[in-house]
Amino acid sequence: MTQVAASHDIWLDVLDLEEIPVCGARVVEGAAIGPVAVFRAEDHTVFAMRDQCPHKGGPLSQGIVHGHQVTCPLHGWNICLESAQAVAPDTGCAGRLSVRVEHGRIYLSRDELAGL
Amino acid sequence: MKRMKLVVIGNGMAGIRTVEELLKLSPETYEVTVFGAEPWPNYNRILLSPVLAGEQDVNDIILNSLEWYSENGIRLHTGKTVTAIDRIRREVIADDGTVAPYDRLLIATGSVPFILPVPGSDLPGVIAYRDIKDTETMIAAAAKWRHAVVIGGGLLGLEAANGLKQRGMDVTVVHLAGWLLERQLDPMAASLLQKNLEAKGLKFRLTTQTEALVARTGENRVGAVVLRDGTEIPADLVVMAAGIKPNTALAEAAGLPCQRGILVNDTLQTFDPRVYAVGECVSHRGMAYGLVAPLFEQARVCANHLAMMGISRYTGSVTSTKLKVTGVDLFSAGSFMGGEGTEEITLSDPTAGVYKKLVLREDRLVGVCLYGDTADGAWYFKLLREARKVTDLRDTLMFGENNMGDTGHEGHNKAMAMSDSDEVCGCNGVNKGTIVKAIKEQGLFTLEEVRKCTKASGSCGSCTGLVEQILMNVLGTDYSEAPAKKALCGCTDHSHEDVRRVIRENHLVAQQAVRDFMEWRTPNGCATCRPAINYYLISTWPHEARDDPQSRFINERAHANIQKDGTYSVVPRMWGGLTTAAELRRIADVAEKYQVPTVKLTGGQRIDLLGIKKEDLPDVWRDLQMPSGHAYGKSLRTVKTCVGNEHCRFGTQASMSMGVDLEKMLFGMYSPHKVKLAVSGCPRNCAEAGIKDVGVIGVDSGWEIYVAGNGGIKTEVAQFLCKVKTREEVMEYSGAFLQLYREEGWYLERTVHFVSRVGMEVVKRRILEDKEGRQALYERLVFALQGAPDPWRSSEDAGVDLRQFRPVKLADAREEVLS
Ligand code: SRM
Ligand SMILES: Cc1cc2nc3c(=O)[nH]c(=O)nc-3n(C[C@H](O)[C@H](O)[C@H](O)COP(=O)(O)OP(=O)(O)OC[C@H]3O[C@@H](n4cnc5c(N)ncnc54)[C@H](O)[C@@H]3O)c2cc1C
Ligand code: SF4
Ligand code: FES
Repeated sequence: MTQVAASHDIWLDVLDLEEIPVCGARVVEGAAIGPVAVFRAEDHTVFAMRDQCPHKGGPLSQGIVHGHQVTCPLHGWNICLESAQAVAPDTGCAGRLSVRVEHGRIYLSRDELAGL
Repeated sequence: MKRMKLVVIGNGMAGIRTVEELLKLSPETYEVTVFGAEPWPNYNRILLSPVLAGEQDVNDIILNSLEWYSENGIRLHTGKTVTAIDRIRREVIADDGTVAPYDRLLIATGSVPFILPVPGSDLPGVIAYRDIKDTETMIAAAAKWRHAVVIGGGLLGLEAANGLKQRGMDVTVVHLAGWLLERQLDPMAASLLQKNLEAKGLKFRLTTQTEALVARTGENRVGAVVLRDGTEIPADLVVMAAGIKPNTALAEAAGLPCQRGILVNDTLQTFDPRVYAVGECVSHRGMAYGLVAPLFEQARVCANHLAMMGISRYTGSVTSTKLKVTGVDLFSAGSFMGGEGTEEITLSDPTAGVYKKLVLREDRLVGVCLYGDTADGAWYFKLLREARKVTDLRDTLMFGENNMGDTGHEGHNKAMAMSDSDEVCGCNGVNKGTIVKAIKEQGLFTLEEVRKCTKASGSCGSCTGLVEQILMNVLGTDYSEAPAKKALCGCTDHSHEDVRRVIRENHLVAQQAVRDFMEWRTPNGCATCRPAINYYLISTWPHEARDDPQSRFINERAHANIQKDGTYSVVPRMWGGLTTAAELRRIADVAEKYQVPTVKLTGGQRIDLLGIKKEDLPDVWRDLQMPSGHAYGKSLRTVKTCVGNEHCRFGTQASMSMGVDLEKMLFGMYSPHKVKLAVSGCPRNCAEAGIKDVGVIGVDSGWEIYVAGNGGIKTEVAQFLCKVKTREEVMEYSGAFLQLYREEGWYLERTVHFVSRVGMEVVKRRILEDKEGRQALYERLVFALQGAPDPWRSSEDAGVDLRQFRPVKLADAREEVLS
């Protein structure tokens, strides 16, 4: 019996983990939802979210990564990498995206990138 | 591991602050039990005055809600007074019989008001002013009765008198000393204050002793105050504000040594090593403090030891006072009464209601007393705590900080005079009302907390003084910690100085080593400490410590300035502001090829290409074939020059080539903050050398060198360092000065702030008087900059991570099914 994959099981193989510096990020371009920032924390956990700060749209991928947070390069808001939420006292959410890391490759969800 | 038991006696400001600090450091170590005699959770005692005056409600001043206690697993016993400490069985016993065992005990019982031992002091209607209950009693009395007498003309007494007056009572203040607030003001300022308060309807009896309190005829309630001279003042309410004494009864009964306070050492430990004490009940090095700023410092140190980190010490505090409720601006700190070996500078304008007195000893500010205009209180207090020589400021000291040049907030300099809708922080658009509200509602006490909560003064920092004033006005004291002790960031209690020293003395070359050695609270720092430590490592151990691009702000990582839309600007270096036709042609070609939207001449004598996409940066650099201008770095920026004697009819020296030489010598120099130089060919100074980090001015007989100028947020004129004859000397002296700054400046401290912190005399001593020291500094600079790679033309050598410029395109991604 052939199995039809549920659409949420379809992932896009976007880049190699080693392409991201530890405590750094890369931007993935071309998604319907706009540029996506993919972060690699010091403990090698990978996170993804829309590359737009909830404050004034700053490119979060260009910020300084520390612990599981990134500091926006424009005005210094801190964004939690796990939830994509701004850290108090600021409020707002950049929009968290699912990530899978398999055999050193990083995958993003096709549906999420399409805004579905 | 089983948690240890910590019992806290006293649910007040110092005790709970200690618990808060402890939870931040080590939430798992203890099971915490708190006893509080009052029926409330911890509240902000300072704000009892606005409650009395009717500006705030009791519910507004709660600092920690009951939920806070339960969320943090703290067992709270309100309305229970601890009556005994059994140090042998290690338990405390409360008045209702509750027994709580402890492994560590914290005593924070505060003070008890001093009640004059005169006949009638136990009559109903005679109260102190200490807690919510007293405040409620006063409010109720004011609604019913007419005459109030306040005994004591200190801070507390005047606040009580003012509040009762505002509630419509007829108030007389009886004071023993010859002038009001004798511990905070000198007689001159006090008399101005008294006149002002009299104009508001308050009455005063100074140099007067209270003989007795007598009851109303036929009633069991106070009716009058009898003075030593026999005068009788009608009084339906008597508030005793004649002073406080440390509440040590419990500790004394438990056999802990006390001497005008429970004796503690620099770690806030009593003579019993299991028992700690903080707050007003404590005597530390012979001092008992009655303001929260020092008590919070104690709390921080005590928590550190309770958390068994054992790295900080409390060595005492310098305090200042600010009267907050009576609508009069006054401020005092230090030895404002003067005395032997001191000099006083005073300014008095009774008609305008302004009086200022500065007390100096050996050219250092040791005391301040301000009345009417306290805008500069925070600034004077800073000078006082830093104990820095004020020789260079002396002539203008009296006129305050604003006299030294300021921009960006419409010349507002009186926080008190501002209305709630006035903007305080121009960068983040925060007005005064928002700050005041945050301080009151969220219980903020420090500049750091206000920054965190409101963002005010968090960006360019030029409104820091204003925010400090607002804090002082709301809270009544100065909460900014002594800068010498200021923590580098929230990840640590250590200061910039500590970190620099540890790196140097222990030859640390890696960030993680620093964080481990100094017991950082976070695994890998934050956006504040990472760049600072990175800089300290590479400036202390050049060619040895490895630069970490991930610890640099994006501009220094991408070697271009990020713009608000995420594009970048590119500023190629033009040595000394000189360029050629070929360079201009290449710039024009690049501008066309990459469709650069804006081409602009900068204030630094070069050309800015703005709006370039990140992925184009490496190609733009390659096509320009010009070195990086480092317009993005905490590094050497520009050396501005004028045309000089090569062309100018007034020129005395070759300023252009001097500028080029300096710029080449300093190429690639990272520093605590950006560094700008200028060279002018004659004193007409067309290159504006007077507002640069290093300014060089040619004169007929040689060169004059000026240092620590700044043309930015706060314009500061550079100070004269020396005059030299030769070009080589200019290089050596400027280089040595900059190396001193590089080695001893704090990250993000411009030269002007560095020099003002260490003092110009120190700079002169190190650069002018100590010839060997100067040469050694210069040599270390030359060594550090040896072979400094150009990040644009030798990206690889400069450690630039080129991966960041290659976009990852979704179009190239392969689909896969993962379950
Ligand atoms: C491009 C330029 C404005 C211009 O178009 O002329 C400029 C642009 C910026 N300045 Fe400036 N400054 C420029 C000359 C100046 C000058 C004048 C000068 O250098 O002669 C000053 C005053 C002199 C001084 O620094 O003492 C100046 C004082 C500042 C300050 C305040 C510094 C201070 O300590 O008070 C900042 C904020 C900071 O650095 O923290 C700043 C910050 C900035 C930043 C980098 C803001 C930022 O961090 O993103 C601006 C980048 C704009 C962008 O998007 O690219 N800029 N800035 C000038 C570049 C000169 C160059 O060729 O490198
Ligand atoms: C009206 C007023 C205005 C003030 N204004 C300012 C100001 O503007 N600026 C400033 O810096 N300071 C001000 N202060 C002083 C400041 O409030 C105190 O310095 C600070 O509260 C002291 O903290 P503490 O923890 O040592 O004592 P407290 O805050 O008094 O806490 C001690 C607590 O312990 C409880 N307690 C005592 N004994 C026992 C026991 N045996 N068992 C259980 N509980 C016990 C007490 O009931 C009390 O709640 C003001 C004080 C008052 C009263
Ligand atoms: S270029 Fe300088 S002055 Fe102009 S907006 Fe930017 S930081 Fe402010
Ligand atoms: S855009 Fe991110 S902090 Fe302003």
